[in-house]
Amino acid sequence: MLTEPEWQALSLSAHVGLWATLVCLLPGIGCGWLLARKQFFAKPAFEALLFMPMVLPPTVPGYLLLVTFGSQGVIGQWLKHNFNIEFVFNWKGAVLASAIIAFPLMVQAVKLSVQMIDRRLEQAASTLGASPLKVWLTVTLPLMLPGILIGLIMVFSRSLGEFGATITFVGNIAGETRTLPLAIYSATHQIGGDAMAIRLIIISLAFAFFALLLSNLLSRRAEKWLGVHRAGT
Amino acid sequence: MLELDIYFKRDDFCLQINTIMDAPITGVLGASGSGKSTMLAIIAGLLKPQQGHILLDGVSLLNTADKVFVPPHERRTGLVFQDGQLLPHLSVRNNLLYGYRNIPPQERRFNIETVVGLLELEPLLERKPGSLSGGEKQRVALGRAVLYSPRLLLLDEPLSALDERLKNQILPFFLRIKSEFKIPMVYVTHSPREIEFLTDRWLSLAKGKLVLQDD
Repeated sequence: MLTEPEWQALSLSAHVGLWATLVCLLPGIGCGWLLARKQFFAKPAFEALLFMPMVLPPTVPGYLLLVTFGSQGVIGQWLKHNFNIEFVFNWKGAVLASAIIAFPLMVQAVKLSVQMIDRRLEQAASTLGASPLKVWLTVTLPLMLPGILIGLIMVFSRSLGEFGATITFVGNIAGETRTLPLAIYSATHQIGGDAMAIRLIIISLAFAFFALLLSNLLSRRAEKWLGVHRAGT
Repeated sequence: MLELDIYFKRDDFCLQINTIMDAPITGVLGASGSGKSTMLAIIAGLLKPQQGHILLDGVSLLNTADKVFVPPHERRTGLVFQDGQLLPHLSVRNNLLYGYRNIPPQERRFNIETVVGLLELEPLLERKPGSLSGGEKQRVALGRAVLYSPRLLLLDEPLSALDERLKNQILPFFLRIKSEFKIPMVYVTHSPREIEFLTDRWLSLAKGKLVLQDD
């Protein structure tokens, strides 16, 4: 049913999405918790900086990635020289672009879930002999879980739709950086590419719908696990 | 025996208490805003007073002059909150065992079967806190604190969220804890009736100050 280039775009999108999700996991938990719980110097500036990819045109972070992680960029050169890692014009760059664009969604989901935790639960655990680390691992982290799950699904879904930063940073190379949105873009610019574009659009719609459905089902399940009762259920 | 000499100030509120609590159950009576919950939080180590000292059975938990502050998880003071504060993601059994597992086996004074039997918790063990009634939650919270083998049990208005019928059902459990487990308790409430039922040793707080003591 799908042609080879379509499969390629689909599997590359899933691959990039999964890696971007993995990359966002630990920093997302750390930053979300930090913003919800800690006061520190220049916190508003730090938060503003973290959420900037959400409001900037994606081509801006894409360009900034190109000048820092590109073959002429300081970090890009350092990574190439020391670890032989290159981001430009390959799938790793697409992962980095997607992760940076989607990261605020992860942070926001985790932050909100931490803010909803009743601090007295953590206090109760500490008066029962749990050290701060144990309180974090056995109370805070499990109660953050619905937020973490939703954040991960949002990152994955956002990664599937990432276009501007990816095309600016790593280009539009079939089999390497041509994810679903880039493949749709290419198809719409090809003579006779409409059929392909429509098939890819249907796949995108299905992907987005099932990701959001899964997010909803998982959060319901997590709420049930936490003993939260929804109104009307 | 608990020796308390503390000075705590936050915004307009000031708590200043100097007393000794040496009864099996010490009642602390006071209206809301009198500072009784703040006092318990200070004893448990959840709040730090600006000045003072706390001695529990001769062991210093706090001494601002010597910069001694034992953190809450090392104080071994069990605290039962107004609304239980059971961990929602754990079953009743795992809530009961939460503090129990945090202490070395040789320091565990009570076993789970005895506590479960005494507080009649057997039918609840596999349930999640979200499905328990207010009275059941408080019994689990009490059992959880007892299984932690605390040196002192702090009870912060443990029955205030319950109706009269449930209060009457649960009050006798505190007397059972006193006679069976012999854990000294500080019982904070705004209800003189609860204090009357539990003990004849009490003190009264108003606006952060000790205003009356039984003797």
